[in-house]
Amino acid sequence: MENQEILEMKKNACKVRMYAIEGVFNAKSGHPGGSLSAADIITYLYFKEMNVDPKNPADPDRDRFVLSKGHCCPGLYGALALKGYFPADEIKSLRHIGAMLQGHPDMKGTPGVDMSSGSLGQGISAACGMALAGKYDKKDYRVYAMLGDGECEEGQVWEAAMFASHNKLDNLCVIVDFNGLQIDGHVNDVAGLEPLDKKFEGFGFEVIKIDGHNYQEIEDALNKAKTIKGRPTVIIANTVKGKGVSYMENAVGWHGKAPNADEYKIAMDELNAQLKALEA
Amino acid sequence: MAETKKIATRESFGMALCELAKEHPEIIVLDADLAAATKTEIFKKAYPDRFFDCGISEGNMIGVAAGLASCGKVPFAASFAMFATGRAYEQIRNSVGYPHLNVKIAGSHAGISVGEDGATHQCCEDLALMRTIPGMVVLNPADHYEMVEAVKASYAYNGPVYIRLGRLAIETFNDPETYKFEIGKGITLKDGSDVTVIATGLVVNEALKAVKALEAKGINARLINMHTIKPIDKDIIIKAAKETGSIITVEEHNVIGGLGEAVCSVTSEYCPVKVSRIGIQDVYGHSGPALGLLAEFGLDAAGLEKSIETIVKK
Repeated sequence: MENQEILEMKKNACKVRMYAIEGVFNAKSGHPGGSLSAADIITYLYFKEMNVDPKNPADPDRDRFVLSKGHCCPGLYGALALKGYFPADEIKSLRHIGAMLQGHPDMKGTPGVDMSSGSLGQGISAACGMALAGKYDKKDYRVYAMLGDGECEEGQVWEAAMFASHNKLDNLCVIVDFNGLQIDGHVNDVAGLEPLDKKFEGFGFEVIKIDGHNYQEIEDALNKAKTIKGRPTVIIANTVKGKGVSYMENAVGWHGKAPNADEYKIAMDELNAQLKALEA
Repeated sequence: MAETKKIATRESFGMALCELAKEHPEIIVLDADLAAATKTEIFKKAYPDRFFDCGISEGNMIGVAAGLASCGKVPFAASFAMFATGRAYEQIRNSVGYPHLNVKIAGSHAGISVGEDGATHQCCEDLALMRTIPGMVVLNPADHYEMVEAVKASYAYNGPVYIRLGRLAIETFNDPETYKFEIGKGITLKDGSDVTVIATGLVVNEALKAVKALEAKGINARLINMHTIKPIDKDIIIKAAKETGSIITVEEHNVIGGLGEAVCSVTSEYCPVKVSRIGIQDVYGHSGPALGLLAEFGLDAAGLEKSIETIVKK
């Protein structure tokens, strides 16, 4: 990637993070930690990788994105707003009564949301169905499913993994946002997820491990996934939960908590400073 | 009227799917390692490239169906009623019901007439579970001809539908020449003024035999075949309540949450009358031959005749 392109991507990701914080702050609830850890990958997908058009969100030939870790929708909503799927004003009414933006993604109510999700483990199965439909229709769209690392504790993830592999869904790319934390603590203290790469390998996936905040690595991994034929790919992206807001980084407590007014100010000041530095 | 034949509604389902698929390439069938039992194998043989076995993973099967539906396919996902609606309840609620996706779920081997497999496989809760999901249509066809029409109607309806299938071969009683199926419209099989019997699914024919036999004893019972549990036909229930003064429901399902309570919800709100619920009285089934179990639980014609007579004479 060219430096200028990386710079633009970083600016967009910074704006996505600001939307996520703004949404959660105004909602007085929601999930900032995982939204921030996923922000770079989601930004890359919507601003470079995926063949999508905000003016035609139901295009049958579009690439699909399923946020299987649906609670991190403040990050997704930020990317969709920035991309122009809906006015950015909607972010402020996230989780409010009558709002378009629900606490978890609602495909019926929000343009750009390809699948309702939030009950963990279910999104990857729907992504398998989308990929299967693509094969059946001989279309060349790709399907991206983003999972949390904690989410991989759900049995359904492995049912879906078996299905994807058995049906040779090479148009499916699973991305695990491996931020290492879940509600009750460190993922490996709670349920012992590792070795996650070996597990996916055993289930027939091509496994790529990257730094989920490094755009060159994100791009290389997504490009490599497209060359893999006959089996699905998983990108295990090591990320920092709460990335971009100092006091949220690697802090278990910021999984599902809104910042208060003081904390909100600090977060926005930090993100604004990052944006200014990028624009300088 | 065509000659009666004996056929399990699961078989009718498989045949109907095949017929429907001829004209509709967007129909895809999923199963969870029970194709031989749910009879989706009939479809599988005819359309191998449109059939996907998900293996023993009902939750994933429902999610895959949701994804297919989001891309314009019309998936029919089949398993035993127990696993399709019980194991995968939450997947149906969140991945299919909430986005109101066009997924059809078929639950075979419903009720105690599963027989020898026993309690773990005798699902008497599927109608209750599926009724609770907003926007879900719940169908329980009573014979071959009704099942064929129900499958067509479920396809024509744009949204989630649950169809209950039985394992046991049962006699047909509908006349294919005149039979009409409409979602949400009960069918009066016999008029009567002393009491109304409302039955659903596999036991409708048993109830028909029972009410006919009761004629000789001077009991003139109306019989309604309620093939749609949701949306329930309010009008036919209110009319029956007003005209016959009391109702008896008959179902091969727990009396909690199924047809009986659906009928009660209508009568209590619009026309309170006595409703007696014949069905599985909040207990588990057990192993045994299907016909023996139906008799033991009072759901065969003889048992129903006795129960209806007792209730009416009380």
